[in-house]
Amino acid sequence: MIAQPPSKSDVIARRDEVIAGLRAILPATGVISEPLRLKPYETDGLPAYRQTPLAVALPETTEQVAAVLRFLHGMGVRVIPRGAGTSLSGGALPMADSVVVGLMRMNRILEIDYPDRCATVQAGVTNIGITQAVAGEGFFYAPDPSSQLACMIGGNVGMNSGGAHCLKYGVTANNLLGLRIVTIEGDIIDLGGHYLDAAGYDWLGIMTGSEGMLAMVTEVTVRILRSPEGARAMLVAFDANETAGRAVDAIIGSGIIPVALEYMDRPAIHACEAFANAGYPMDAEAMLIIEVEGSVAEQDWMLGKISDLCRPFAPLSMKVSQSPEESLAIWKGRKGAFGAVGRISPDYLCMDGTIPTGQLPHVLRRIAEMSTEYGLAVANIFHAGDGNLHPLIMFDANLPGSFEKAEAFGADILRLCVDVGGCLTGEHGVGVEKRDLMPYQFTAIELDQQRRIKSAFDPDWLLNPSKVFPLVDAPAVETPLAA
Amino acid sequence: MPPELTLVAPVDEQPVDEAGIVDAIRDAAARREPLHIEGRGTKRPMLRPVQAARALSTRNLTGITLYSPQELIVSARAGTTLPDLEAKLAEAGQGLTSEPPDLSALLGTEGPQTIGGVVATNLSGPRRVAWGATRDHLMGVRAINGAAELIRSGGRVLKNVTGLDLCKLIAGSHGTLAVLTEVTLKVLPVAEQTGSLVLRGLGARRAVAALSAALGSPFGVSGAAWMPAEAAARVPSLEGGGDTAVIRIEDFAPSVEYRLAKLTADLADFGQADRLSHDVSIGAWQAIRDAAPLDAPPDDAVWRISVRPSAGPGVFEAITAAGARGFLDWGGGLVWVAGAPALHQRIVAAACLGGGTWTVLRAPDTMRAAVDVVPSEPEALARITRRVKAAMDPHAILNPGRLYAGL
Repeated sequence: MIAQPPSKSDVIARRDEVIAGLRAILPATGVISEPLRLKPYETDGLPAYRQTPLAVALPETTEQVAAVLRFLHGMGVRVIPRGAGTSLSGGALPMADSVVVGLMRMNRILEIDYPDRCATVQAGVTNIGITQAVAGEGFFYAPDPSSQLACMIGGNVGMNSGGAHCLKYGVTANNLLGLRIVTIEGDIIDLGGHYLDAAGYDWLGIMTGSEGMLAMVTEVTVRILRSPEGARAMLVAFDANETAGRAVDAIIGSGIIPVALEYMDRPAIHACEAFANAGYPMDAEAMLIIEVEGSVAEQDWMLGKISDLCRPFAPLSMKVSQSPEESLAIWKGRKGAFGAVGRISPDYLCMDGTIPTGQLPHVLRRIAEMSTEYGLAVANIFHAGDGNLHPLIMFDANLPGSFEKAEAFGADILRLCVDVGGCLTGEHGVGVEKRDLMPYQFTAIELDQQRRIKSAFDPDWLLNPSKVFPLVDAPAVETPLAA
Repeated sequence: MPPELTLVAPVDEQPVDEAGIVDAIRDAAARREPLHIEGRGTKRPMLRPVQAARALSTRNLTGITLYSPQELIVSARAGTTLPDLEAKLAEAGQGLTSEPPDLSALLGTEGPQTIGGVVATNLSGPRRVAWGATRDHLMGVRAINGAAELIRSGGRVLKNVTGLDLCKLIAGSHGTLAVLTEVTLKVLPVAEQTGSLVLRGLGARRAVAALSAALGSPFGVSGAAWMPAEAAARVPSLEGGGDTAVIRIEDFAPSVEYRLAKLTADLADFGQADRLSHDVSIGAWQAIRDAAPLDAPPDDAVWRISVRPSAGPGVFEAITAAGARGFLDWGGGLVWVAGAPALHQRIVAAACLGGGTWTVLRAPDTMRAAVDVVPSEPEALARITRRVKAAMDPHAILNPGRLYAGL
């Protein structure tokens, strides 16, 4: 199993005291300590890793979060922040001596301000919950990770979540105005507000994607956007990955930035078509889903222009959706991709590297070679506009050594991403999954710099301490000069 | 330290490469000697004066190191001038999305600014309201921290959550955490056409209601500003029309036509909307971007107040009641203010009343050294600020005092 830092035996010895302290702060239903009820908190969206925590605390207010953290800080207890537990990188994996602090009960929408185009919500509101709350007025919250039905905005901030539409609308960091955070010492701090460009250091920027290591987020103020008049998708199929890659270059080079530009390779097309009957071209090596927005006339104009741009690359087929229903059908296969792969393989690992888009044909070729070497099938889904690659590695966990082989294959893919100029993770976060690969992308000096920033927020390393940074060669935590 | 020493320190170190920057910082760190960090010095009058006898410039670190138009990505050494960078991008029909302003007229400085300076100050123009700030388009940095260590963060891809996002922390830190040596930015195609609607005779409140309606429309408004008559008079294409609101669309030509027509109809309650053609619109927005509507004689201070857009008119009324002048950008969310230094407390009070934040962009030396130029932080956050500063600049040698006194 995944390596963890040594447990604090003194904390485990004082388990009853910790639980009693939490019960003094929270309502009776807000503290979970019974082994059976701790089960759901053992793991997250990366179920290969499991660990039962000491206890779970479920505060309902920012003040309760502050009291809980102040108490746990005083006791020297490690804290694992948790939203919906949908992390694909093990970001919410507990430690044996830790208390999981879950924010799912903080699920209220606090303010919606349409004239100023923003909404303030508690951290436990789901991603889709924000859009649902404002859709009646024609607005939406832009980042749309695949887990948006379940994942919570607090976790989106922690992981800087993206989605299929971030080529146009950006990721979580680009859609935040303010945060209310609680430090490990129990201080409540407001960062930013209801305005653009707060003065001072970019606290919103460093908090976003910090994977729960700096502070806990309890309230989030996001930008909401007016929905476009309409959106429509088209499908274009190609006989080679190289050709599809060149078509993507031609589209972007023309000055058109589609709202989504999704790429699926042959195994992904086949898996999704079997699942969704979306009418995907089964003879294709690569397929693009391209979506544009605007009035019907604008959609026609842009899709026509994109069709013209694709034609020189001799597509096997081009299908422009003629209705919202057809667009939905086109998206159905893509959005169900994980489930589709789950149907054709007992288990799969979803990887998440980013590459320079021009490297796609080379990277897909190398992945195919590695697939043969490892004897494991892989389907590739790619946000082609922004270079975010999701290889789905299929394996059977019942076969001894199969999971380890899949992990090794995944690590090789991520090293390849770094080799071609990309990075280890585009939107899922490092968590525990990619922790030990960090030295492949960063120098020891760079990792220590990041560790010192963590220390600035959390001098005793109590907040999600076993994530992101490799455990080996970790320098002793130095207390910063200034207090 | 006497002000004349701090204002225009001679530039002692102008290395030609990253290794030279490392050496200069290592020497300064060894001597515990503070450094004034800058590019070409076009923003020296901003914020607080730096208490350093020596200056280190990145102006000789020039050149575009990577440009891949199809990947929407450009990397340039920090001292590359903005005009040079924009000219290169223009060859492929692309540009910097955050529309960085040229504040040299406002700041009384000369010459082109550097891309490193733009990132270090996180300055953004009118398009910020729709498309994000400079930091939102910053994909990667190379920077030297105060311990003379090379720190890379981010990279040359558009989506990256690997490790803590030091890019954003360094952007807008005004050279107090690290010295940028190279930046990588996401770029986008420059719109085929630009067009603007002009609404005249609307006071601040009514105008911001119109701007909010426009920004809340599905038509992709990329600029929304309002100027009182005397401010509008400083923009050649807008003069003589009284109080003036301007709304911009940038897109492919057919879309600009369609969207301006739809907006004109939707905003009919706010009066007759006139149109600015492509060229005129570009000129007007460049003036707004560079704060040309602001009448700011050299003895005045200049503040930027960031508020909830609907609070902008109230802030504007309060600052004019105090005797200052101003105009609104970002749909009402950015209040540009100019006035006598003595008004500082009243300007700050106006910003706070609107629930906003403020920056003293420029001020006479006596004022710059004497007042906070950004709001002071609550102690719990100020403690983190001091620790973050110490984590990146352990000897406190990078632009000390630039943002906060004593830091």
